[in-house]
Amino acid sequence: MIALLLRDLKLAFRAGGGFGLGLAFFLIVTVLVPFSVGPQSSLLSTIAPGILWLGALLACLLSLDRLLALDWEDGSLDLLATAPLPLESVVTIKALAHWLTTGLPLVLAAPFLGVLLNLPVPGYFWLVISLLIGTPAMSVIGTFGAALTVGLKRGGLLLSLLVLPLYVPTLIFGAEVARLGATGMETQTPLLMLAGITAATIALLPFASAAVLRINLR
Amino acid sequence: MTLTVTELAIARGGVPVLERLNFALQPGKALILRGPNGIGKTTLLRTLAGLQPPIAGRVEGAEDKIAYASHSDGIKPTLTVVENLAFWSSVFGANDIQPALDAYALNELADRNAGNLSAGQKRRLGLARMLVTGRPIWMLDEPTVSLDKNAVKMFADAVRAHLGQGGSALIATHIDLGLDGEVLDVGPNKAKPKPIDDFDGGFL
Amino acid sequence: MSIAAKANALWEYANPRKFLATSERVMPFFWITSIACIVIGLVWGFFFTPDDYKQGSTVKIIYLHVPAALMAINCWLMMLATSLVWLVRRHHVSALAARAAAPVGIVMTLIALATGAIWGQPMWGTWWAWDPRLTSFLILFLFYLGYVALWEAIEDPDTAADLTSVLCLVGSVFAILSRYAVNFWNQGLHQGASVMRAAAITGTDTEEKVSNIYFYPLLLCIIGFVLLFIALVLYRTGTEIRARRIKALLARERVNG
Repeated sequence: MIALLLRDLKLAFRAGGGFGLGLAFFLIVTVLVPFSVGPQSSLLSTIAPGILWLGALLACLLSLDRLLALDWEDGSLDLLATAPLPLESVVTIKALAHWLTTGLPLVLAAPFLGVLLNLPVPGYFWLVISLLIGTPAMSVIGTFGAALTVGLKRGGLLLSLLVLPLYVPTLIFGAEVARLGATGMETQTPLLMLAGITAATIALLPFASAAVLRINLR
Repeated sequence: MTLTVTELAIARGGVPVLERLNFALQPGKALILRGPNGIGKTTLLRTLAGLQPPIAGRVEGAEDKIAYASHSDGIKPTLTVVENLAFWSSVFGANDIQPALDAYALNELADRNAGNLSAGQKRRLGLARMLVTGRPIWMLDEPTVSLDKNAVKMFADAVRAHLGQGGSALIATHIDLGLDGEVLDVGPNKAKPKPIDDFDGGFL
Repeated sequence: MSIAAKANALWEYANPRKFLATSERVMPFFWITSIACIVIGLVWGFFFTPDDYKQGSTVKIIYLHVPAALMAINCWLMMLATSLVWLVRRHHVSALAARAAAPVGIVMTLIALATGAIWGQPMWGTWWAWDPRLTSFLILFLFYLGYVALWEAIEDPDTAADLTSVLCLVGSVFAILSRYAVNFWNQGLHQGASVMRAAAITGTDTEEKVSNIYFYPLLLCIIGFVLLFIALVLYRTGTEIRARRIKALLARERVNG
């Protein structure tokens, strides 16, 4: 299992691995927002938590189509399915590798992008906390979507269509934490809900992902 | 250790392709799978490897015993030859990769990125993977594609050595490997059409 | 007849031929009664009930809005049930019924959203508000779209049935989660679902009730929509079964030919 994680990390960091693409996308989306809504700092600081959450979510989505497709194309998934490693672990490790190479960098970059959008000072802490708790769910849900569409050529758009509605609860509670936190209000309820959703998806969704992967490998 | 196949029927894309297959693969034996293109050889190998369910019949003695080599080798172009092998070795339980490098003369290529290998060299790397799995039953789908004469000999030697250690191999190939093994010709086993009035069965 | 035997008799309809024969026999009943119920319900509702003291005649869109919204949700529940049956018992008719129901559900969701917007404009002064109920229906619409798109994208019918069934299961959980999330996120303008509350029916409820005068034609419309839904799904399932049969026959021709 650790071998698979290390291999995926190594692949991500090598040439053509796509590490950093998500980050760059996050940066560009954030930079484009003031161009489209105007530079008034009061407006920007109001919408900053939501924009940063949405940007992180889209950056995460962008990298999903590589998550299993490359292993599918070169036959690695077939071989992994015959290996003494349950597919449930394989998809969990894949999601973990995705989070480490995409989700975690987004969490770390978010405060710096917050500066660009004039995020209020108390917001930084809650933005990082909410993303830190929410992004693992996005990786796990994304892995499910990737497993559903893995056999399809040009499945990228379909993947977005399938995954985005599944992201709704995480987005709502996550952005709510950041939004309430930025205005100095109580964040406990949405934070607990966000943590609950993340915990439940990590615990249960890999079974669904492995099941659909098995169906797609037939 | 014997792989036993009883009354096996398999389907590709929902359509039955082979029916009533019966054979046994003893330790130390090779079985050469022959038949025209599209007859279902790959489907049979995938079914035996557990990647797809059979529509009827039983496969015994396959659980966690099979190493499967398909048309694609699961090679990552940005990893070196050694890294590729070491990964599969640790997934299957950390076997020494040196014998595999020796068997397919990959030592000189050990630190090259797999993406820079020729098609034949990649294929050798893919076949070397079989050795590091430590699995007793090899399932090989057209293993000699893009191999030169020398590499085919390496492969035949590796299979012979594997059989000598009590392993077995099921190989779908059209060339003569000079192996001591039976030939299973799957041509005549082609599925017969089911009676057309079987409405529910019409879905299969 | 024992209960077990009855249960077995139910599964006989999972045989495509038996299903087609039976559905063709009962379909005229569903078509006729559903159209009768809807026509009577709408005429009664539109012309023979008084205008609401507060909402005026706009209230009468309720006769389309509420039944469509109910069916939009129940259609998803039906797809969930048939998906489960497919995953557990592998009856092809079940999977095809789920596939057949999805477009009907989409249309019902769209009707609910459109009539809601038309109703909302005079009532709330806006075509659209990010009210939890409206938002939930929009999300439900997205789930339907994804479900249908997945069916369309996969060539092998059994794989498509398996994958869409799992998506339907997972989607149901996330749809419920979204409902709670949306509720938390915005408390909303929409009145509570007052139709089915006992107090509303007996007329003892406060302001938000649907009073007796509106209730009976509405009930008729709801029954009509349920019957219409059944008729449409039976009809579409029959089409799916035949399309599937043609596909299977063509595939067999290729193999044997």
